[in-house]
Amino acid sequence: MAVMNMIQAINSGLDVMLARDPDVLIFGEDVGYFGGVFRVTDGLAAKHGITRCFDSPISEGGIVATAIGMGAYGLRPVVEIQFADYILPAYDQLVSEAARLRYRSAGDFWAPITVRSPYGGGIFGGQTHSSSPEAIFAHITGLKTVIPSTPYDAKGLLIAAIEDDDPVIFLEPKRIYNGPFDGRPDQPVQPWAKHPASEVPEDYYKIPLGLASIARTGTAATILAYGTMVHVALRAAEESGIDAEVIDLRSIAPLDIETIIASVKKTRRCVVVHEASRFAGFGGELSSLVQERCFYHLEAPVERVTGWDTPYPHAFEWDYFPGPGRVIAALRRTLEG
Amino acid sequence: MLNRNTLSLHIPAPRARPGQKADFSHIAIPPAGETRCPDVFSREAEMRDLPYGLIRVLDGDNQAVGPWNPRLSPDTLRHGLRAMLLTRAFDDRMFGAHRQGKTSFFMKSTGEEATGAAPSMVLGRGDMCFPTYRMVSYLMARDYPLIDLINQIYSNAADPLKGRQLPILYSARAYGFYSLSGNVGSRFGHAVGWAMASAYKHDDKIAISFIGDGTTAEGDFHEALTFAAVYHAPVILCITNNQWAISSFQGFAGGEETTFAARAIGYGLPGLRVDGNDFLAVYAATQWAADRARGNHGATLIEFFTYRAAGHSTSDDPGKYRPADEAAHWPLGDPVERLKAHLIGLNEWSEEQHAALSAALKQAVRAAAKAAEAIGTLGQSAPSKREMFEGVYKKPDWRILEQRRELGI
Repeated sequence: MAVMNMIQAINSGLDVMLARDPDVLIFGEDVGYFGGVFRVTDGLAAKHGITRCFDSPISEGGIVATAIGMGAYGLRPVVEIQFADYILPAYDQLVSEAARLRYRSAGDFWAPITVRSPYGGGIFGGQTHSSSPEAIFAHITGLKTVIPSTPYDAKGLLIAAIEDDDPVIFLEPKRIYNGPFDGRPDQPVQPWAKHPASEVPEDYYKIPLGLASIARTGTAATILAYGTMVHVALRAAEESGIDAEVIDLRSIAPLDIETIIASVKKTRRCVVVHEASRFAGFGGELSSLVQERCFYHLEAPVERVTGWDTPYPHAFEWDYFPGPGRVIAALRRTLEG
Repeated sequence: MLNRNTLSLHIPAPRARPGQKADFSHIAIPPAGETRCPDVFSREAEMRDLPYGLIRVLDGDNQAVGPWNPRLSPDTLRHGLRAMLLTRAFDDRMFGAHRQGKTSFFMKSTGEEATGAAPSMVLGRGDMCFPTYRMVSYLMARDYPLIDLINQIYSNAADPLKGRQLPILYSARAYGFYSLSGNVGSRFGHAVGWAMASAYKHDDKIAISFIGDGTTAEGDFHEALTFAAVYHAPVILCITNNQWAISSFQGFAGGEETTFAARAIGYGLPGLRVDGNDFLAVYAATQWAADRARGNHGATLIEFFTYRAAGHSTSDDPGKYRPADEAAHWPLGDPVERLKAHLIGLNEWSEEQHAALSAALKQAVRAAAKAAEAIGTLGQSAPSKREMFEGVYKKPDWRILEQRRELGI
C-alpha cells in the first residue's frame, strides 16, 4: 500500500498495465516526454519506452480514430483527451465507430479502447476547461462511461476499463485530483493523504465496471452522485445532520440499478446530484429510473441538484457549481415532501 | 476616386449538365509510360512531380509500356479480369434484385472495378483493407463466397452481419476487409492506427485505406494523413477520384485547381496519381506503395483517377445532374475492356473465352442469388430477433436484457 492522490493512483494504474500487458500503449497531447498537463503520465515514457507512451498531434478526432484502428488490430490503447471540453472533435469517432464497430460487424471487429479525460469545474477554467459531458456518452449505446471519485477507485476502475473489450470513456474529476474537494471553496481542501481511499495498492487490482459503492449509509434520503459531487453530497449530509445515504455510482453506463433501487426503497426519498447542466442531463435518466421502479415507495418527488442550463461561467464559478448548500436545500425539500 | 474592384463569389460548376454535351477536354491525359517511376525508397522531396503526373501502363493499343509496367503473368492478369467481370455480373444482378423489391438498397461500382481488384491482389491475407462501399471487387479478387454477400444484402436468416447492417456494408475480417459504414471517411484513420499497431508490434503487415474524392473534404482525411506522416505508418492511403459525390462533381471537394494526389505534398508524403481504369497501373502503383510501406518508409497517398459510370446508389438518377452519356466519353475508357484487349493482344485471351467466362460468372451469380433467395429476401427471412440485442457490448447489461424481454424474446 502507498498513499496516493488521484493523479498518482491513475499514473500507477497506467504503470501497472504497461508493465503487465505489452499490448497496452498510451498516447495523447503532451502525454509523452512532458507527462501530461496534469502530470498523469509523468515518468511513463522514460520508464517504459517512447513507443509505449508518446505525444500526438493536436487532433482529438485523429487520436480516437487511430486508437480504434489499433484496437481493431488487437492492442489496448489508452488515449488522453487533454480536457473533456475538447473531446467533441472525437465524438463522431466514438459514436459512429467505436460504439458500433462490434455490433455492425457482428463481432468481426471491436474497439477495446480507453479514452481518459479530465472533466468538471471548480478550477476557474471557464467554459472551455470545466464542462461535464458524461450524458452525451451515457446516451450512446455501445460505450461505457466511468467516473471515479477516489484514488483507490480510480486505479481499480481504470485497470478494469483498460482490460474491458468495449470502448470506455474514463472521466477524471480534475477538481479532486489533489484532494477530496467538498464544495466549500472558502475552506482549505484536505489532501488525499487524510482520506482512507488514498491507501492504494501498488500492484494490480481492479474494480468491476457497473458496481456502485455506498459512500455513506443512511436512512433519511438517498443521494445519487458521482465524481466530485460524491464529496459534496457527503459534506451536505454532514453539515445538515440529515442521515442521507450517499451512493457513488462510479460507472454511469453500465449503471448499478440494483443498488440504487435498494437504497431508495429503504430511504423513500431521492436527490440526484451532478455538476453538468440539468436539462436532458444524466440526472433526468436517474430520476426516471427511480420513478419507474420505486414510485410506490417514494414519499416525495425526486429532486435534481445540477449545474444551471448555461455554459460554465468564469466569474460565477461558485454560483454555477452545485455545492453543499443547494444539496442541503434539496434534501430538506424532499424531507418535507 | 479609388478604382474599386467588386468581389464575386465563385461557385464551382461541372463542364456539362443534363442535355449538354459531355466535355472532358480540360483533362490532360499524358501518354502511357510518360510518368517516371522513382526508386521505391526515394525521398519524398524528390518526387513532387508525381502527384501532377498520371501513371499509366496500357497505351492506346492496350499494350503495356513504360517504367511502371508490373510485368504480371497472364494468370495474374486473367485473375484480375475475372474479379472485375464477376463484380460487374454481381452488380447487375443485385441492382436488378433491388428493382424487384428483394432488398432496400444497393450500390454499383461500374467503371471502378480495377481500383479494388488490383490492390486486393497486391496485398496479402494478413494485411487489412479499410474500404469504401464501392469496392466489392476487393472481395471478388479473394473469392469471398457470393452467397454470403447476397445473404447480407437480403438481411436474411443467413446474413453474416445478423440483419444489423445496411446492404453492402460488409465486414470480412478473415479476408482482410474491415467493417464498412455509411459514414464516409470515418475509417480512414483506423487504417493508420492499424498500421501503427503493426509497426509497434514489429509485425510485417500493412494496411490500405480508401476514401472518395468528395470525402477528402472531411477532417478524417486530413487527420489520417497527419498521423500517417507523423508516425511513418505502414499504410497506403488511396483516394478513389470517381469525379462524382452523389450529384456534386469533384470541384466541390477542391479539385478544380489541383489534383487530389497533390494533397500529399503538404504532409510530406509521396503522392501518386494513377489511371484508375488501367488495371496494370493500379497494380503497379499499389505494389510500389506496399513495398515502400513494408520497407518501413511509411505511407503513400495514391489518387486513382477514374469515373463512376453508374449512379451513386439505387436512390439517385444520375441523368438528373450529368449528361446521360457522360460515362461513354470518359477519356480513360473502361477497365474491363482495356484489360481484356491487353490479354487478347498478348494472345492469352480471346473473345470466345471472354464470352464464355462472362456467361459462367453470370451463371455463378445467378446460382448464388437463387440459393440466397431460397433462404429469403428482405422481409421474407431474417436472423433471430435476439440478434438485435446481441453484440452491442461483449456482454449485454441489464437494460438490454430487460428491453429484449419487453419485446417478448
